Amino acid sequence: MVLTQQRNIVTRTWGSSVGKKFVMAVTGVIFLLYVIAHMIGNLKIFFGQETFDAYSEHLRTLGAEIFGYEGVLWIIRVVLLASVVLHMVAAFSLWYRAKRARPVGYQHKGHQGSYAARTMRWGGVIIALFVIWHILDLTTGTVNPDPAGGAYAKLVASFDRPVVAIFYIVAMVALSFHISHGLWSATQTFGGNSAVRQHAFKTFSIGVGVVIAVGFAIIPVSVMFGLVR
Amino acid sequence: MKLTLRVWRQKNADAKGKMVKYPMDDVDEDMSFLEMLDVLNEKLQLAGEDPVSFDHDCREGICGSCAMVINGTPHGPQKNTTTCQLHMRHFRDGDTIDIEPWRARAFPVIKDLVTDRSAFDQIIQAGGYVSVNTGSAPEAHATPVDKVSADDAFDAATCIGCGACVAACPNGSSMLFTAAKITHLGLLPQGQPERQTRAISMLSKQDELDFGGCTNVGACAEVCPKGIPLASISQLNHDVLGATLAGARAD
Repeated sequence: MVLTQQRNIVTRTWGSSVGKKFVMAVTGVIFLLYVIAHMIGNLKIFFGQETFDAYSEHLRTLGAEIFGYEGVLWIIRVVLLASVVLHMVAAFSLWYRAKRARPVGYQHKGHQGSYAARTMRWGGVIIALFVIWHILDLTTGTVNPDPAGGAYAKLVASFDRPVVAIFYIVAMVALSFHISHGLWSATQTFGGNSAVRQHAFKTFSIGVGVVIAVGFAIIPVSVMFGLVR
Repeated sequence: MKLTLRVWRQKNADAKGKMVKYPMDDVDEDMSFLEMLDVLNEKLQLAGEDPVSFDHDCREGICGSCAMVINGTPHGPQKNTTTCQLHMRHFRDGDTIDIEPWRARAFPVIKDLVTDRSAFDQIIQAGGYVSVNTGSAPEAHATPVDKVSADDAFDAATCIGCGACVAACPNGSSMLFTAAKITHLGLLPQGQPERQTRAISMLSKQDELDFGGCTNVGACAEVCPKGIPLASISQLNHDVLGATLAGARAD
């Protein structure tokens, strides 16, 4: 039997469909914690250029005595990158499995399950593409109109392009849907769901998704309407 | 009432199937869905044509045979109802109704609407049992079972193994079925000794049989004629996680 060959915990976990969901849930929680911290940091934009740029610099000097300049930031980046790889490989593996499991589709398509749940895969692809753009734009400055500027200047220069601002907002809506299903799905995967608590978990997850999307999207909107210059 | 049926016709497992249109002129709204198909088949037989093959047995909503996807929904539009218990009054005069078999690699079509669902038997064989000699019923107070566990186990035990969960799942996963069995047995005292290996073995069999992986979409629970709660899957995940961390093995 297959089981006898999978005695080590890594292969036993990775080898099963539920194990892959555990990996996705754990990495998803890492992303969620990061995204919340990122959002709170971003909101410092409303305290002015000086505060925002100081915050940006503070992130780089944080723990510098031990880890060196940008050391903590690089540790976070490596953890996130490893999580992205695991999350995506598991997702594509389950996607492939799903395609394989139904070789002949239905003529009359049904629409069971929430919109958020049914759009997880393409939503995830949109978010991944957005993150690549986002790093090139605001971290490296490669596609930013003001690549030499500070964090505040780059942000304002970027969102002064309406197309970029709208793309950002669309990506945040996709992120909101992804979190709405993902967070609830993680509770289910960790075995914490019950028939009684399910509604509360789902509502909470949607709430978290909406708060995060609004918290991020308020910045490009503010730039577009001239509230942040 | 007048209806137009579009039914999946497929001569055998290897043949290429297609949807075939059948006009129905005289459907009584008190007919069950299967009785309506019986009328169609009588007409087809009188005309010398091959009747539509479909599975059915008890026609009381408890055997789980009457598998068909009606207008994109397994067992049709009425909640918590098998096809045999669905009545034509839920449709409107002039409706077009699409009828298709369960679609899953693990449930190959044998003919028309009939699929081979023995993959479910294989999942049960992998661990959906309690290996003790039950003998005669013991004194009820000998082993206390709390009310919540008894109720949850009973809810899960109402699964009739029809396969609607697989048919509805966008991933073609049999997770709700497997979870129902694991919840049913895992919450009761008799099921405890094999609880960990059961979760691991049944899941591993399900994966091996080309069912998809669960992504918690919830389509299964929406179409389940017995209302098996989606949270059963959380119970399965809980048991699988515990068993994986504990290093449970089936050998």
